[in-house]
This record gives sequence, C-alpha cells and structure tokens, in this order.
Amino acid sequence: MSELRQIAFYGKGGIGKSTTSQNTLAALAEMGQKILIVGCDPKADSTRLILHAKAQDTVLSLAAEAGSVEDLELEEVLKTGYRDIRCVESGGPEPGVGCAGRGVITSINFLEENGAYEGVDYVSYDVLGDVVCGGFAMPIRENKAQEIYIVMSGEMMAMYAANNISKGILKYANAGGVRLGGLICNERQTDKEYELADALAKKLGTTLIHFIPRDNVVQHAELRRMTVLEYDPESKQAQEYRTLAQKIHANKGKGVIPTPITMDELEELLLEFGIMQKEDLSTVGKSKAIA
Amino acid sequence: MSTMLDEKSRNRELINTVLEAYPEKAAKKRAKHLGVYESDKAECGVKSNVKSLPGVMTIRGCAYAGSKGVVWGPIKDMVHISHGPVGCGQYSWGTRRNYASGTTGVDNFVVMQITSDFQEKDIVFGGDKKLVKVVDEINQLFPLARGISIQSECPIGLIGDDIEAVAKLKSKEFGKTIVPVRCEGFRGVSQSLGHHLANDMIRDWVLDKAEPVFESTPYDVAIIGDYNIGGDAWSSRILLEEIGLRVVAQWSGDGTLAEMEKTPLAKLNLLHCYRSMNYISRYMEEKHGIPWVEYNFFGPSKVAASLREIAAHFDETIQQKAEQVIAKYQTMVDGVIAKYKPRLEGKKVMLYVGGLRPRHVIGAYEDLGMEVVGAGYEFGHDDDYQRTAEVVKDGTLIYDDATGFELEAFAEKIRPDLVGSGVKEKYIFQKMGIPFRQMHSWDYSGPYHGYDGFAIFARDMDMAINSPVWNMTKAPWKK
Repeated sequence: MSELRQIAFYGKGGIGKSTTSQNTLAALAEMGQKILIVGCDPKADSTRLILHAKAQDTVLSLAAEAGSVEDLELEEVLKTGYRDIRCVESGGPEPGVGCAGRGVITSINFLEENGAYEGVDYVSYDVLGDVVCGGFAMPIRENKAQEIYIVMSGEMMAMYAANNISKGILKYANAGGVRLGGLICNERQTDKEYELADALAKKLGTTLIHFIPRDNVVQHAELRRMTVLEYDPESKQAQEYRTLAQKIHANKGKGVIPTPITMDELEELLLEFGIMQKEDLSTVGKSKAIA
Repeated sequence: MSTMLDEKSRNRELINTVLEAYPEKAAKKRAKHLGVYESDKAECGVKSNVKSLPGVMTIRGCAYAGSKGVVWGPIKDMVHISHGPVGCGQYSWGTRRNYASGTTGVDNFVVMQITSDFQEKDIVFGGDKKLVKVVDEINQLFPLARGISIQSECPIGLIGDDIEAVAKLKSKEFGKTIVPVRCEGFRGVSQSLGHHLANDMIRDWVLDKAEPVFESTPYDVAIIGDYNIGGDAWSSRILLEEIGLRVVAQWSGDGTLAEMEKTPLAKLNLLHCYRSMNYISRYMEEKHGIPWVEYNFFGPSKVAASLREIAAHFDETIQQKAEQVIAKYQTMVDGVIAKYKPRLEGKKVMLYVGGLRPRHVIGAYEDLGMEVVGAGYEFGHDDDYQRTAEVVKDGTLIYDDATGFELEAFAEKIRPDLVGSGVKEKYIFQKMGIPFRQMHSWDYSGPYHGYDGFAIFARDMDMAINSPVWNMTKAPWKK
C-alpha cells in the first residue's frame, strides 16, 4: 500500500463541492484506490451519493447521544458505500446554535485517534463554504490534507471565495505542509469562464487542474442519490471525472503555496475579461432605477 | 523637606529602574501607569483601566470574577450558576470571605458551587438545553431559592448561546427572578467590566420588576458596595442603626433579592465600594431620585467623618445621635490607639489592592501613626485615582495594574514595614522578609469596617509587623 494521501475540497457554498468530490473519488476508487471520505459539513451531505442515503449516524450526533466522543466506536460511524468507499460524516449542530467549527475539530481528532485512516490510500475532506473559523481550517492544518482542491466557477463570488480560501491555505502553508493542489472549475456557463478560471489559477500561482463541463446527467444521477460513475459509467461526464481523478492522482507532491490577490486585483481580472466595464465607478452603489 | 525630596527622587529613580528591564515598547506603555504623587496635583498622574501587557504577571481578574465573584455571588438567597466548563466555578469556589447568615440550602446558597459543567457536546451543539436542565434541577432541589443568576464563562459568548431566552422562559414558568449575565472572561480589561455588567443586569432584570411590599420610613438607607468580607457590613450596619437609620438593604454582602428589589424606596444610598457599584447608584439617582453618598468606614477618623456626612443628609435627631455614637466609641478607640500606636508608629506601608481599598484604608493606618508610601489599583479607573489624590501624601509611589516584577522591585528598594495586597502576592513578600496582610480577604480575619473592625485591624497589623518570627529570619550571608 502506498503512502496515505490526504486531500480536501473547499469552495463557495453551492458550487458543487460534494458532487465533484464524490464523483472524482468514485473514479479514484475505480482506479483501485482505497478511499475514506470525511464530511466536514453540519448538513452531513458529503457522502450521500456514495452511500445512496444521507448519513444519519454522524460522529457528533452519536457522541452527543452516548455522552461524549470517548464513548463512541469507530464502527458506529464508519459506513461503506459504492466500491467500498468508506464514509464518515462529522455532523454538527442545527443552524444557529453551538459551534460547528469545534465539532469538526472533535470529529477529526476522534477519527485519527481511532485509526480510521489505517488501510486507506486516500482521505478526502469535504468542507463547507468558506474557512470561517479555526474549526473549518482543521483539515488544512499540519499533518492533515497535503493538497487542497478549490472548486469554483466563473462567477465573481466563487472566485472571491477561491481567493479567500487561498489566504487560509497560505496562513497554514508555512507552519505546516498544506499546499494548493489546483482549481477545479465547475462550469456555470458564464462568459469566458475557462479563460477567467485559468487566469485566476495563474494569479494564485497554481493551475486550473480541470474544467468540468456542465451536463444534465449529473442532475439525473443526483436525483437517484448516485454518482455519475455509478449511474452512467459510459457517459461523457463520467469520463470527465475519470480524467480529473487521474490528474489528481498524478498531482501528488505538486501542490504550491498560493499567492492570493487583493480585491482590487480580482476586480482588475474581471475588467480584463470584459466581465466588468472599465470606468464603471459611477454605477457603484446605484440601483437600477437611479442608474 | 530634604527627606521628602529624597523620597521623591528615589521613587522616580525606582520607576526608571523597573522600566529599564522592559523592552522599549513595553517600557513606554508601563511608564504611563507608574508615577510619583505631587501634592499640588488633583490626580495621581497615571493612566488606568487599559489592557495589561502580554508577558507581564498582571494580578488582575476577569469579567466573570467581577460579576460572579464580586457583585452577584454574595446575594445569598439566589443560586448563582457558573455557566460553562467546570473550572471557573470550581477554582473560585469559596475564595471570597463574603459572610452570609442563614441556613445553607434553605435561604442561603452562598457556599455552593453550581455549574453547568460544559462538555464538548455542549460546545458543539450549544448549551441552552443544558442550561434549561440546570435551572429545572435548581428549582427542584432548592425550591426556596428566590432566584437564579446565570454567570457566563468564556465559551458562552464564543458559541453565542441565547441565555436571555432561557432566563425569560424559565422565569415565567417558575415565577422567579432569573438573571442572565454576559460576563465572559475575555470581555474588558479586568474584573471591572464584570462589576459594570453585573450592575447593568440588576438594573435590567431586578429593579422595578416586582412591586415590593414595604412600608418605608424617612430613615431608610441602603448599604451599597459592601461585600461583608469577614463581616464588614455587619460591623457597619450596627453603627448606622445606632445613629437612628434603618438599613433596608445590603448590596451585596449578606444581601437578598428582596433587599435589592426594595432599594429604590430607600432615602439615601450609602456607597462604600465606589468602583464596583457606582453604576447602579447613579442609575437609582437618575431613575428613582435617590441621592448617594460615598463613605469610608476604615479607621475611627474616617468612620466619624462618614457618620457625620451621612447624618447631614437627615434631620437633627440623626445628627445628634451620630455625635453621641462617635463619642460613645471614643473611649474604645482611645484604648486601641493607646495600645497599638506605640508599636506601629512610623511604620511604612505599601498597598496594592483592587479598586477601593488602596485609598480607603489609608486613614485607618494613619490613625495608628502609620504611613502609606505606595498605593496602586488592580482595576481602578481615572475617578479612583482622582479620589486617591485627595488622601495620599506628597511623594507617594503610585502604580496602576502593577506587574509582579514591579511590586517586587519596589518593595525590595523601599523595604516597607508592611505590604497589603492579595494572596498571590503574600508569600513573595513574606519570603523577602517583609510582613504582609491580605487586604482583599483580611487574611482569615475581619471585620475591618466600623469601630469594632478597627480594633481587629489594629491587632492584625501589629501581629503581622511585630511578630517575633521576623527576628528569626536572617540572611544566610549574615549568619
């Protein structure tokens, strides 16, 4: 068995992190890799397509029932799905209460201490929206994920989030070993999307590792709680995920310390591609009626 | 005059010496907190109530200590929940000598340590459900408790629990006063903010909430800011009663919820600890029109002056009685002074206490012929230092939020005959061969307030300074 690879998927909320990561990991499993997915989102939906169901028994919900995380057995939270992919959901509080970030820390510590990482080739963390606090930065700290893959699109806010996540990676890159693996563009069919994503990747000092075209088959598979790899393995889209999986597999040790840009630079980038009009300052803060 | 100049220049030199030990930036900041009092100035010339420097050993506490430990904790017929992980409540349990009469578990809960004992899951999933359970259990276990206060520890503020909602819900259900206090330790620069927050919560959740059944008299007063350390409020109360006043409330030493509720009906609020309770006194002045007067019951000179000032707010009967009471105790005072002054005369004292005593006890020392040569506050504000300027003598060394290093360096050079500070400082100075008294807790003694308290104060200072044990300490190199 090869050395353990730890990767993580970050990106703006709703960008398709979980879908992209599960499809890609399914493709990696197809390549014979043994995989563990650690869902780090209180919604606990990072493993739904692999398990064909939303995981009910999250680490934190079971720990709360049992009294504490020490009363928990690994078997209780570890589920096996498509192609023997192991799945764990951290879980967390209902929206608006408690501290989900602390929950991520608790869960990951539990998994490490109880040997969840033994006998796998890949551990993949699926983390919610943005690095909002120390807890959600847990997977990028020392001895956790070696490479981060940022799922993004040509939309301004997705690019903004990608830049922000890069700042989080930069913060921990010097202290630990975390690197930016690359950007994954999940096509939204915005103007000049590929070019923009590629330009941002360059600005961040990384590469656009793959551009995933939009395809309705993803939607069809999702409705059946399946990955495209399982639902329609012969489809063109399944092939896209296989390509991405191969690229990620070959990308070992090739991550970089990102060079995040300022908000101004990001806006300049949008100007450059004609997404934003130059000398547009007169319209800033004006409603449609006024402008 | 020349000795005075010597002392002043020595103190200035001392300040420069300690500052030299700090990095440049730290020295610049600390310089503003150290000074030598000039008699023609109206303030002490030091900066106060700002964040302590990282890396120094500050003696300060936190907002939770100020709210739970100081203001709320002594209210005896309420149960005070240390809300959060177990440590804050457990390690502060029983550390303050605020006496309270009554039967534990029935009408007195002061000696109890009640905590919600947060676990990891309470942090992750929020602790409100647990708080509900704790409140339910308290109500079941101690049905006679008149109310509950929720004293927030740090994590409550970090995870954003809605303790106000729990307080409202349960208060309605039980028909009892339940007060949420957001006194998380990370807030503010010292325990001083905790006092303020605690005052504000009394204002918002206690005052004017219940209709007190109460027949008032023209002589009703409330003692504000006396925590009954070693029985201080009791030895104060008897004097007020002897001059014909009726003490309707004690805030908060040996105090009750009902006493707080009826205080807005008092005629005059008597404020002892200005720092911790000026806020609520000012509020009652504005809202209820109750004037307040600061007083000082340490040492016979200040007691007599305070009794006269308090009496001046009332009619001649009270004023005459005040004179009678002062005269009545004079014999006792003379006896105490005759016994101890010859043993204590000329002794020099350095004080480093909280927010009141560094100025308030000066008169008591002076009554015994002693001299305060250094004074400083852990958490005083500008108005405390202004009040201090009125009572310290020219050349007094002033140190705000003193560091462990500074206090040691000062004491080493000044070699006072007595240091008065807290338990953390005590053994350092005793090991330096300097007599020490704890001026927060009265060193397991007290009361020190009033005439009775003065006799105990004088005895304790004599015991500390003139203990034969000091004859037995010899520097190894002098053997």
